[in-house]
Amino acid sequence: MAEEPTPILKMENITKRFPGVLANDHANIEIYPGEVLALLGENGAGKSTLMNVLVGLYRPDEGDIFVRGEHVEIHSPSDAAALGIGMVHQNFMLVPTMTVAENIILGMDGLAFRPDLDKVARRIQEIAEHYNMNVDPYAYIWQLSVGEQQRVEILKLIYRGAEILILDEPTAVLTPQESHELANVLKVMTSEGKSAVFITHKMEEVMEFSHWVRVLRRGRVVDVKKTSETNPQELARLMVGREVLFRLEKEASEPGDVVLELQNVYADNEKGLPALQDVSFTIRQGEILGIAGVAGNGQRQLAEVITGLRKVTGGHIYIQGDEETNHSPLRMIKAGVSHIPADRIGMGAVGDMAVSDNLAMKGYREPPMADGGILHPQLILEFARKMIAAFRIATPSPATHIKFLSGGNIQKAILAREIDACKGLLVAVYPSRGLDVGATESVRKRLLEQRAQGRAVLLISEDLDELITIADRIAVLFEGRVMGIVDSHNADIDALGLMMAGVPKQEAIAETSG
Amino acid sequence: MKQSIWGKILILIGAVVGALLVGALLLLIAGANPLVAYRAMLIGPLSSRYGITEALVKATPLLLVGLGIVIAFRSGILNIGGEGQMVIGALAGSACALALPDLPGILLLPMTLLSSFLAGAVWGGIPGWLKARLSVNEILSTIMLNSIALQLVTFMLRGPLIDPQEIAYGTGFPQTAQLPEQSWLPRLIPRTRLHWGFVVALLLAGLVYVFLWRTSLGYRMRAVGAQKEAARYGGIQVENSLVLAMALSGGFAGLAGMVEVLGIHHRLLDGISAGYGFSGIVAALFGQLHPLGTIPAAILFGALTLGADMMQRAVEVPAAIVLTIQGLVVLFVVGSDVLMRRPDFLKRLLGKRMMPIPEETSQEEVPS
Ligand SMILES: Nc1ncnc2c1ncn2[C@@H]1O[C@H](COP(=O)(O)OP(=O)(O)OP(=O)(O)O)[C@@H](O)[C@H]1O
Ligand SMILES: [Mg+2]
Repeated sequence: MAEEPTPILKMENITKRFPGVLANDHANIEIYPGEVLALLGENGAGKSTLMNVLVGLYRPDEGDIFVRGEHVEIHSPSDAAALGIGMVHQNFMLVPTMTVAENIILGMDGLAFRPDLDKVARRIQEIAEHYNMNVDPYAYIWQLSVGEQQRVEILKLIYRGAEILILDEPTAVLTPQESHELANVLKVMTSEGKSAVFITHKMEEVMEFSHWVRVLRRGRVVDVKKTSETNPQELARLMVGREVLFRLEKEASEPGDVVLELQNVYADNEKGLPALQDVSFTIRQGEILGIAGVAGNGQRQLAEVITGLRKVTGGHIYIQGDEETNHSPLRMIKAGVSHIPADRIGMGAVGDMAVSDNLAMKGYREPPMADGGILHPQLILEFARKMIAAFRIATPSPATHIKFLSGGNIQKAILAREIDACKGLLVAVYPSRGLDVGATESVRKRLLEQRAQGRAVLLISEDLDELITIADRIAVLFEGRVMGIVDSHNADIDALGLMMAGVPKQEAIAETSG
Repeated sequence: MKQSIWGKILILIGAVVGALLVGALLLLIAGANPLVAYRAMLIGPLSSRYGITEALVKATPLLLVGLGIVIAFRSGILNIGGEGQMVIGALAGSACALALPDLPGILLLPMTLLSSFLAGAVWGGIPGWLKARLSVNEILSTIMLNSIALQLVTFMLRGPLIDPQEIAYGTGFPQTAQLPEQSWLPRLIPRTRLHWGFVVALLLAGLVYVFLWRTSLGYRMRAVGAQKEAARYGGIQVENSLVLAMALSGGFAGLAGMVEVLGIHHRLLDGISAGYGFSGIVAALFGQLHPLGTIPAAILFGALTLGADMMQRAVEVPAAIVLTIQGLVVLFVVGSDVLMRRPDFLKRLLGKRMMPIPEETSQEEVPS
């Protein structure tokens, strides 16, 4: 490495302990000007922790940080900002009732008493144009999609002069198009000498976005690779410590009785606009129906009407032959519906409750966990231990508040609870989002296992490969309508892509086969 | 939360000293000797049987109100209506006792307490229902109901429920007749005012703990309090949980009011709530919103209240100054809570360039 330019940033021997966990264990990283460093590692490997140390949210127990060759102490995000380091967290930190421009200058040092917002807006516009980002400085945050909000977070950092950008799983919430746009933004930035750290679980993105890769395992950096000299298989193996199958064997299955039937369902979104229109389909026992579509085309609402969280404005929902239209979530649970929600921290888990309490969320009403309204903590704990072992949830103890787990491990806990409680229908919304390759593989196996046991599975996913691998049939949603349902064994990615863009099934198939 | 218990006590003492130093300035301005004043305030409650029992007397309603606050706050709803619920509870309980003077104590006492609990529960349940069904802000509605309750009691004490003797003698002092003796809460220690209400409150603290952490209903309420959306997703009826939480919370405040009546005054009179409806919130928060933590917190604030009274007598300063010092102590003590939970806060406060002290890492909250 003698030939390399000096790193703009160096973290040396960073160690960070939490009660019961060694999150970072003498980790080293180096970042060079104009380059993107990808951090790769299993769920709970310590990626987010290391970056939180870098921006001053955590104090390391040991280790040193050097920025531009100088030894620095970073005590807070504003210290980090002063050194030109900024981070986009996985859950954004924007004020929904304020405009983009207001959010961008919020909390900045040395603001005038009444900042000239028009001037700010013009500057934002300039930066946005320079990076080919499309943002309206006067729009309110609540009006923006998740991808747009992320752009605002990035703009905020650039506006404040960040030279080193840290992006923690930025693409987990993006559509494929949005990910490409992000890649372009990063290219412009690096061409100007700025640097970035990029955390992701998707190998293609590592290959596409980064110059260097560092692989973390149990808090240690186990390998450093030049991106151009490695490949996805090798990276996956370094990360997990074993070979990872990228293909799963799907056994043939005989679909049985109809478990879920939707008849001409209509529903509105929170703004009162139509989100689902005339949606009809059925799922049988031992069958996985995939829902493809660009995020925001009614997927969330679809899951919510089936789980009783949202009222339909028209149509009928039958579960195992019984009408269950507009019944309460509790009724739906009792009817045998399990649900892995898209929003795992907001909806799937209660952050301030113990892992064991979260795992008990479905079972606490009945024996064995409760008897006549009295809980049995011992049995709840036992159940939690069983789930933690079976699903390999990394947690210091069952009593740890679930919010202290890494993102992927929270997801595993939700999955464990819902799969265990599943009595007929499993609604899985982006179940592998944020999971490492090993865990993704095991989630897919679990879904196939459910199918083999005769359950019906509704799988909502943005990943067409995933849908084609494990779903039996794929329905494409566009603007709340089903554009068509195709068998996955003769599904064509291009035709699906057209349908996702709003082309009806017949035309899409004709166009791609012709 | 791994900080050593000594560290916590040190921070607590530091907070009290800080408050007292600021208070000393006020005392000097008022022309009193701070040393004499503080001697009375700090040593007074601890130095005699009278002081200790009297501190526990004051801790009793604080603890009962505080338990209700714990339930409400843990369930994700704020109850600022303790004052109103207390007096409504005391009103209903007193009316019940006065209406059934011939019942034996073994029946009358539980009935009185129960009616005060129910009345408080209704008074608390109303804002709970308004919040759950109509999204009415509970802070507004509970405060409004405080005024209504106080006015209602004012009216009852001057009209329908006034002591017939007061009318006979023409004094017209607004209070009810003495309640039948068999309904009183017996004294715990003779020749002090400490009564069995304190023991009842302690038992209830244990009960609330079991309720919140060992029953499925309690689980449900805590889940709603911690994350409404997740609870709803888990099949919990968030609305019902909110109403129940407020009803229980009001019930405890109502009980606090009646225990004051049955244990101390033996009749209902004006000002029975004495600000406990608010200071109970402070006790509960300081007790980390834990029913068992609220016990020492209530006793601490009971002692502080008593100490302030004693100080006033010792140096004869205006009551306003005593109240101010009391407020300062509460402010400092509650503020010190931040330091207990976030030990590095002090370091940041004192400047960024200090040497890094090896810290007992606490569970820091950071988005991942
Ligand atoms: N504030 C905290 N308190 C206690 N433990 C924590 C805290 N933050 C993280 N941990 C633990 O530290 C370990 C590393 O977590 P971290 O969030 O850094 O993982 P990660 O590599 O980002 O994983 P993921 O890919 O799932 O996001 C985990 O075991 C986690 O439970
Ligand atoms: Mg992470």
